[in-house]
Amino acid sequence: MFIAEINVMPLKELLDPQGKAVEHGLANLGFNASKVRIGKRITLEIEASEETDAIAKVEEACKKLLHNPVMEYYEFTVSKV
Amino acid sequence: MKFGVVIFPGSNCDQDMVHVLRNVMGCETKELWHKDHDLQGLTTDDCIVLPGGFSYGDYLRCGAIARFSPIMKEVVEFANKGGKVWGICNGFQVLCESGLLPGALLRNNNRLFICQNQYITATTHKSAITEQCEIGKPLNIPIAHAEGRYYCNEETLASLKANDQILFKYCDNHGTIHADSNPNGSLENIAGICNANRNVFGMMPHPERAAESILGNTDGKVLFESLLGILTTV
Repeated sequence: MFIAEINVMPLKELLDPQGKAVEHGLANLGFNASKVRIGKRITLEIEASEETDAIAKVEEACKKLLHNPVMEYYEFTVSKV
Repeated sequence: MKFGVVIFPGSNCDQDMVHVLRNVMGCETKELWHKDHDLQGLTTDDCIVLPGGFSYGDYLRCGAIARFSPIMKEVVEFANKGGKVWGICNGFQVLCESGLLPGALLRNNNRLFICQNQYITATTHKSAITEQCEIGKPLNIPIAHAEGRYYCNEETLASLKANDQILFKYCDNHGTIHADSNPNGSLENIAGICNANRNVFGMMPHPERAAESILGNTDGKVLFESLLGILTTV
């Protein structure tokens, strides 16, 4: 069994209104933060015989459902439970 | 022409659409349940409508889960065989997620859920739903969405233009298209598009909410009349 930790983020060239709103909030608190981007973190457990197999399965899940390439990119790690 | 209106869990404009098609336009209209594989006898001479709403709670991304529902397998096949498919609001999002239309609908640039009457204008006659629209004439059609900012990459935009696939743009009350008449930050004010084969249509505005005089607005009716080939008397 493997655990995958997946980050799905808005493409760098796209306006992220959610990130902008949070950036303003941080500024109001006195934080000098910039380039705030908000994405999704997805964790899941997956049955696989070895790590390469787990990576291939998570890759497929990301491509088919978890991210939309028109607006997002993803990165992930897998580790054995 | 018969119609089928798909009902997903979370659809909320399905009955408005069924009402307009059945009672205003007088068309035989089937209600297609998301769990079914049955198109109830619809043929490629007919039209399937994906209505507005929040299918599957907009979980993950708007339209992302609906795409994998049993009925969508049939809808994609129906579209690939040449049947007409018309997605409105959430239906447009589902069509983009399912790959039947290019691009995606992103969160509005002002971060708000926008619910207002909005002028749009047809930008081509070359589609079944804009055939009888006057290009440049403003149509006042309600919009109601938080994720309606149309986006695609430059290459896709170029092919949309080259193939005349942009059907509607947001405009002002004179029909002029400019940055101030863009409610949500859509790329080049795009409010609706079709696929390259011109049988799949997607748009964010809701013509079914503007098709009866009792509601005070019939600007959306011309789209239904175009689709049905009824000559308008304007």
